Amino acid sequence: MTGRAGFWVSLTVAVALLAVAPLVLPEFWRRFLTEILIWGLLAMSSDILIGYTGMVSFGHSAFFGIGMYGTAAALLTVTPPNLWLGLLYGLAAAGVVAGFVAFFATRLRDIYFSITTLVFSQIFYVIIFTWTEVTGGENGLTFRQPAFWIPGVVEVRFTPVTLHWFVLGVVTVSYLLLRRITQSPFGTVLQSIRENEPRTRAIGYAVERYKIVAVMLSGIFAGLAGVLYAVQNKFAAPDFVFFLVSGEVVIFNVMGGMGTLVGPVAGAGFFFLLRELFSRYFTQYYLIPVGIIFTLMVIFMPQGLLGFARRRLH
Amino acid sequence: MLTLADVHAHYGKSHVLHGVSIDVAAGEVVGLLGRNGVGKSTTLKAIMGLVPASSGKILFEGRDLVDLPAHRLARLGIAYVPEDRRIFRLLTVLENLRTGLDRHGVTEERRQALLEKVYRHFPVLRERRGQQGGTLSGGEQQMLAIARAMMLEPKIILLDEPTEGLMPRMVSQIREIIQVLHADGVAILLVEQNVPLTLQVSNRVYIMEKGTVRHQAAASALRVDSAVIHQYLGV
Amino acid sequence: MPYEQILIQTVNGLVSGMILALVASGLTLIFGIMDVVNFAHGELFMLGAYVGTTTLVATGSFWAALLVASVLIGLLGAALQITTLRPLLGRDPLTTILATFGISLVLQNYALWQYGPVARKIQEPFTGHFRLFHLEYPYYRIVIALLSAAIIGALWLFMKYGTYGIWIRATTQDRVMAAAMGIPVPLVHTGVFAIGAAMAAASGVLFGPLVGVNHAMGVDLILRAFIVVVVGGMGNLGGSVLAAIFISLAESFASIWVSPAQAVIVSFVVLILTLLFRPTGLFVPTPK
Repeated sequence: MTGRAGFWVSLTVAVALLAVAPLVLPEFWRRFLTEILIWGLLAMSSDILIGYTGMVSFGHSAFFGIGMYGTAAALLTVTPPNLWLGLLYGLAAAGVVAGFVAFFATRLRDIYFSITTLVFSQIFYVIIFTWTEVTGGENGLTFRQPAFWIPGVVEVRFTPVTLHWFVLGVVTVSYLLLRRITQSPFGTVLQSIRENEPRTRAIGYAVERYKIVAVMLSGIFAGLAGVLYAVQNKFAAPDFVFFLVSGEVVIFNVMGGMGTLVGPVAGAGFFFLLRELFSRYFTQYYLIPVGIIFTLMVIFMPQGLLGFARRRLH
Repeated sequence: MLTLADVHAHYGKSHVLHGVSIDVAAGEVVGLLGRNGVGKSTTLKAIMGLVPASSGKILFEGRDLVDLPAHRLARLGIAYVPEDRRIFRLLTVLENLRTGLDRHGVTEERRQALLEKVYRHFPVLRERRGQQGGTLSGGEQQMLAIARAMMLEPKIILLDEPTEGLMPRMVSQIREIIQVLHADGVAILLVEQNVPLTLQVSNRVYIMEKGTVRHQAAASALRVDSAVIHQYLGV
Repeated sequence: MPYEQILIQTVNGLVSGMILALVASGLTLIFGIMDVVNFAHGELFMLGAYVGTTTLVATGSFWAALLVASVLIGLLGAALQITTLRPLLGRDPLTTILATFGISLVLQNYALWQYGPVARKIQEPFTGHFRLFHLEYPYYRIVIALLSAAIIGALWLFMKYGTYGIWIRATTQDRVMAAAMGIPVPLVHTGVFAIGAAMAAASGVLFGPLVGVNHAMGVDLILRAFIVVVVGGMGNLGGSVLAAIFISLAESFASIWVSPAQAVIVSFVVLILTLLFRPTGLFVPTPK
């Protein structure tokens, strides 16, 4: 089966499997799957920049973390804790930060852009870490999980399974949205920027503007991942804003396959599976073998798992 | 000594060399003529490995050059003077020369002798030896590029348009140095737009068009106004 | 104005500035010659400090520690470059960032595994203070600054005179023509990477007595080193030294009023301002 029908069928099958999974899996793996989806969303947002526009961002931890803290703010300041308000605050906060970072960072190319996004992650890390009165400092913030409610229709607390479905729903919709965007004229311009920026500029596109929109788009979806994480885990902590987290996200992108949207989700899954596997033998030093695998993949399999699979299938 | 056999090359997707076959014997001066864009410079770049040869053979003294790492060519005896000179702008004149001079197995005396020789032919380099390469004029940089190549004591020098943009006085200097090198037994593969100069200094010439060699002749058999010259280079 | 505090902080700033300069010099040298942003540089620093502690414990000599750490980590650097970076030559520079990032993760966790999470201490090679006003200032700190300056000076001399210095500078300017002149470019790349690694390791040993030696000490440093390299002008050795001193001084002064954790923001601000107004480097005389 090829083409569009093939795509929709595979997607439906995948979503169906992911929806059924929590009903049959033990708690640990259920939670594992939900986390993969959330980190997968984060990695997808990063792919917009890395895979499509060709900009390596180490700033995603900032957007992710701020989305988390934004949600925390809503859930702590407004009672009873309101899911949609949390979502709104989280996305708004991430959007503002993304705009801010976009303004400064998009003037720069390549390595300077990457270092600047890294620095911004750290700026936010330091602010969050030291502004203890507001952010809880090192310890972060904890809060209650909001209920799922549609005004007038339903109000029900999340169970682990329904939460998983909520996350799956959000991630699937996000994926479809992002896919639509990357296949639109806008997305084509982004890719052209990645292939040859000077030529794209010469043709007449306002490259800086496209980059700013790309960063903001990426940042908002990263923030969305942060919102989901906050809702699932009921806490926000500065650790997630530290730039190493961005680095891990980039690992998911590379392992899964840059510029594929789905690849990064697979990459996240692959990484977490490896972590589980190696933790049995290396305990907390799992990053030694995983890091080696990652480095080898950068050298020998730069197109990632998905790219590799695609080649095999042809 | 140097043989190109049916060499093809691509710049990305465009096919720039369509089967170039050239021979340069030891001690020969061979000219490569043709209009702009026919692939003369690309031929030299292919020899140096700067443009990968997609097919064909490039042999130097029987040795296949194609997969050799770039820095081995100098040791084999091949020196290169590129079109835009490409001297090391932030190094002094002397340091530029030393990139070729500081080689294994060259005694201090021989180094001094080489340096003296080059200073004799290009006195301006002696004057400016402590100056940064980037501060030299275009013509002086060309002298430096050639002198730098001479430091390698090569068997063959690939010269890419050495007289481009130079004043007539400097063009004479270039002519002189080519003749000195020839007298020393150094082979030269000369890419040039300047037809009279090329015919004067070369033993043989090839004429290229559209990425391949169209005509070959002894230089003495051609005049500036020969029909063949008109055909491939005429304005 | 707390006068003595300012003076103490000036000296402190100069001392840590020199150590930062030593680390950043290696980083900028590596970038200048092969366009590689070495994310693992902080880990080379950290491993240098660890090798230093082990050697110190074994031999009792600080100087042996300095030497052994530099040589060993220099060799490690060469090995890393040959195995992981040479295959990436000519590919998208993005891949070298990723590859060195991967290496940094491996090295960090390797150190954690080998040495454990508890910080170690390197003993200062000489104790003793001198009087700075009515405060005692340790001799050792001044010595580190002087040693760092000496190492950087030695590097500068090496680069300016001598055949290998010419090779390095020629390869940095024009890799292709350097190869055409017979300079063994792949070897030069490995050599420079090794030198950069050795310098980072030396900084680790020098810096060790000041802070604790632990597996994460490179993480904080690498960020600062990147900032210094960008502010100083990438590939610009003198610029990095000046930028390192400038940023360290600024941070030292800032920590008079705010906590050290927050003083870090000063360097971030300097970076952002530099990128906005003088992106080729604060101390680069003519913008290209």
